[in-house]
Amino acid sequence: MTQSNGTDAVVTQAEAMKQASSHQAPDKKLIFEMSREGRVAYSLPECDVPEEQLDSLIPSSYLRSEPAQLPEVYEVDVIRHYTELSRRNFGIDNGFYPLGSCTMKYNPKINEDTARFAGFAKIHPYQPESSIQGALEMMYILQNDLAALTGMDQVTLQPAAGAHGEWTGLMMIRAYHEARGETRTKVIVPDSSHGTNPASATAAGLDTVTIKSNEDGLVDLDALRAAVGPDTAALMLTNPSTLGLFEEHILEIADIVHEAGGLLYYDGANSNAIMGIARPGDMGFDVVHLNLHKTMSTPHGGGGPGAGPVGVKEKLVPYLPKPIVIKKSDGTFAFDYHRPDSIGRVKAFYGNFGILVRAYTYIRTYGPEGLKTVSECAVLNANYMMHRLAPYFELPFERVCKHEFVISGSPLKQYGVRTLDVAKRLLDFGFHPPTIYFPLNVEECMMIEPTETESKETLDAFIDTLIQIAQEAKEQPDLLLNAPYHTQVRRLNETQAARKPVLNCACNS
Amino acid sequence: MKQKHRYIPMTEQDQAEMLDVIGISSVDELFHDIPESVRYQGTLPMSEALNEAKLLKHMRSLSDQNADFDRYTSFLGAGIYDHHVPVVINHVISRSEFYTAYTPYQPEISQGELQAIFEFQSYICEITGMAVANASMYDGATALGEASSLAAQHTKRKQIIISKTVHPEAREIVHTTARGLGLEIVEIDMQNGVTDLAKLEAAVSADTAAVVIQSPNFLGCIEDVRAIEPIIHQHKGLLVMSTNPISLGLLESPGKLGADVVVGDAQPFGIHAALGGPTCGFFAVTESLMRKIPGRIVGQTVDIDGKRGFVLTLQAREQHIRREKATSNICSNQALLALCASVYLSTMGKEGLREVAGLNIQKSHYASKRLHEAQGLELAFSAPFFNEFVLKLPPHVSVEAINEKLIARGIIGGYDLGLHYDELKHHMLIAVTERRTKEEIDEFAALLEEVLA
Repeated sequence: MTQSNGTDAVVTQAEAMKQASSHQAPDKKLIFEMSREGRVAYSLPECDVPEEQLDSLIPSSYLRSEPAQLPEVYEVDVIRHYTELSRRNFGIDNGFYPLGSCTMKYNPKINEDTARFAGFAKIHPYQPESSIQGALEMMYILQNDLAALTGMDQVTLQPAAGAHGEWTGLMMIRAYHEARGETRTKVIVPDSSHGTNPASATAAGLDTVTIKSNEDGLVDLDALRAAVGPDTAALMLTNPSTLGLFEEHILEIADIVHEAGGLLYYDGANSNAIMGIARPGDMGFDVVHLNLHKTMSTPHGGGGPGAGPVGVKEKLVPYLPKPIVIKKSDGTFAFDYHRPDSIGRVKAFYGNFGILVRAYTYIRTYGPEGLKTVSECAVLNANYMMHRLAPYFELPFERVCKHEFVISGSPLKQYGVRTLDVAKRLLDFGFHPPTIYFPLNVEECMMIEPTETESKETLDAFIDTLIQIAQEAKEQPDLLLNAPYHTQVRRLNETQAARKPVLNCACNS
Repeated sequence: MKQKHRYIPMTEQDQAEMLDVIGISSVDELFHDIPESVRYQGTLPMSEALNEAKLLKHMRSLSDQNADFDRYTSFLGAGIYDHHVPVVINHVISRSEFYTAYTPYQPEISQGELQAIFEFQSYICEITGMAVANASMYDGATALGEASSLAAQHTKRKQIIISKTVHPEAREIVHTTARGLGLEIVEIDMQNGVTDLAKLEAAVSADTAAVVIQSPNFLGCIEDVRAIEPIIHQHKGLLVMSTNPISLGLLESPGKLGADVVVGDAQPFGIHAALGGPTCGFFAVTESLMRKIPGRIVGQTVDIDGKRGFVLTLQAREQHIRREKATSNICSNQALLALCASVYLSTMGKEGLREVAGLNIQKSHYASKRLHEAQGLELAFSAPFFNEFVLKLPPHVSVEAINEKLIARGIIGGYDLGLHYDELKHHMLIAVTERRTKEEIDEFAALLEEVLA
């Protein structure tokens, strides 16, 4: 892949194919295919205790009848194999990654260093509290910092991811209603919501009611009024929404839901737009989750681990998962398990502590003023890109956006080109494509989130490339339909993968 | 935008040019859609910014207050273990092409991650003896919650029977999950450190979706899975088994023992303890449950040139397509930690995994004998164990107080079972991994004798 400077000459289909075929190389071997009997890559402590016959310690009927067939390789094989795999992968450190709703900002290196300090990485969750005071203090400060940032009264750090936070929040909302003797089973979500929202509702034993957005892409107040009632448990809202639009009637929305006796849940996926500018707690939300792997720069790790802390208003504090970290009157820190109304435990131990260390480190590189700058720059970058791209694509909502925006590739359909093809062509220029075909309520959409950590030169290069691709779509659509050409593999047969699943290498033999 | 910051490239010049393209005169105008009354005035009451040097010093001072495995000798397990972490692992997971990537939505530029997950799935299938494994779960405990949910969905039954020898925190999560889904949970007592088979048999019926066990169990004992398997299968329910994966170097694979769903935590495979997280749950099933499995799955396929490649597959189960009808709300996995586990298993290989399991068995059994014979302390159970066993302390002794004394002498003592089991007050669960030396074990025994005196 080549990083585009935005001035690449348009290549012809034939040239692109020729270049692509010259890229042919044998399949990358699986580690299992590199095995050679007798090789080792390990060094273990010796057995310095008197060795006993194995079946004298454990009955032979409990022992493995045949060893697991793991590969036999040496250390250089291990390092070369995984180094080669890493070269076949694309992260933020490789280039621009404007994946909407995912907040692919730079992952600071200091986060990785502090999380590896022995006092954070090599401690046991059941050690005496007196021997982990530094860890508890860090968690305590982070709980308070996140509560201040979101305008909530108390925070749990236990949930492992955003979806896990959603479920945790909904379980608390359910417990709150039940404690008041009310049966409320409906969770209202807009049609632009993340798929995890309804899936989390189901896991919490609640039913989903989806309402349509209005022509401005916002919550339709009349539809909301019609949907709420005595069975409303909560409205789940992402604000700014997945369309990148701020719900300007948020206070009316909150009133409608609260008057019906429901609560407001804030999906924090898009918090990077509003840090220090507006707080969910001040907008009327009762429960908030944050995605630390998005807003707080802890890496996405290729799909995880993340962390999804949840903040709540006072009335929901009794239902928080246990334990939470408290500061005792003598100034020491402790886990508080004495929470009789708690919904219980949602994750083993105390959450993804290693991710919390990274998030706390990040917060302290910026402080409150710096985090506000983060959001301002993220929003300015998004609006700049939206204005430059609007003439070449369709802009479904012509208004100011927040940290991300949605454009539609539907004008290219007349050339037989779809948004998927645009995304695949972007790969040839060294860019990760935006989120595509989400949210569901905009046809052929691309959701673009630049974040604050990208320079104007990078934004311009990406914009120029998208404009060039739109031109290619008009002049030589086949070029897009067969893209990419310069990647390790080309378009993959996903139908075959699903119809004849090969899910592990044993299936190859 | 007053401050300059090393992660933000925006200059005054950039800002002016961008505002000009947008056609506005100030950044503030971009926020006019936020009602004035909810605009935050002033500075948030949060921790202040520190420069890089000061921040490192601050984090170091917090870290130094914690008793870590480099400076202390740990005999604590109970779900998180102090195993040797091969040095190559940190080098591999520090490759930022891995750790700064998102979920591999664009397979053409994510073959590295996809292949790594495919190999992880292959490793999990190989050691568990199961047909299908997913790309990983948050941790072993939440994986058990998801397994219960799968069993209820698959059998269309509402009762989950779980042994009290399953990790107490995992049981708590199963309870929380069950409250969400309206399932009934029945807990089965133990007998000599393992599930009471008579009580289990009496409890299981045609209403039971699954029997949930853990082996080696929370008390370190190995369950008689061969005896448990027919009890649930004769009623056509599922056998869900949680396991410590490092024990599978020598213990019979759950697949061979007849398990339908196998879960566990891959923390022993090269993942640092980190106060209990992040770790990596694994989830494996029989072929017939393939389309019911939660989470991400990677499959092999070919590209348009016929080259082998990998993609996320069987996505019709998932939330972004099925929304409220999805099999689970999970949309992530623990990819980076699954990578730790894969690098660990690549490093250990066929011989190393057997050897490390053997070292755990030898050293823990030496420790149990040493403590029992030399100190006259009682072992609570006679059931076979892997690398953990339960020591019965004299009735006047508080495990918590003992552990405070031990840590003052550089030893992280065992787990206080009285916290979760009324019948096991004054009982300590002790873990001995391959990292413990004979000298450390002897010293621990001597110290324990001293503090008990």
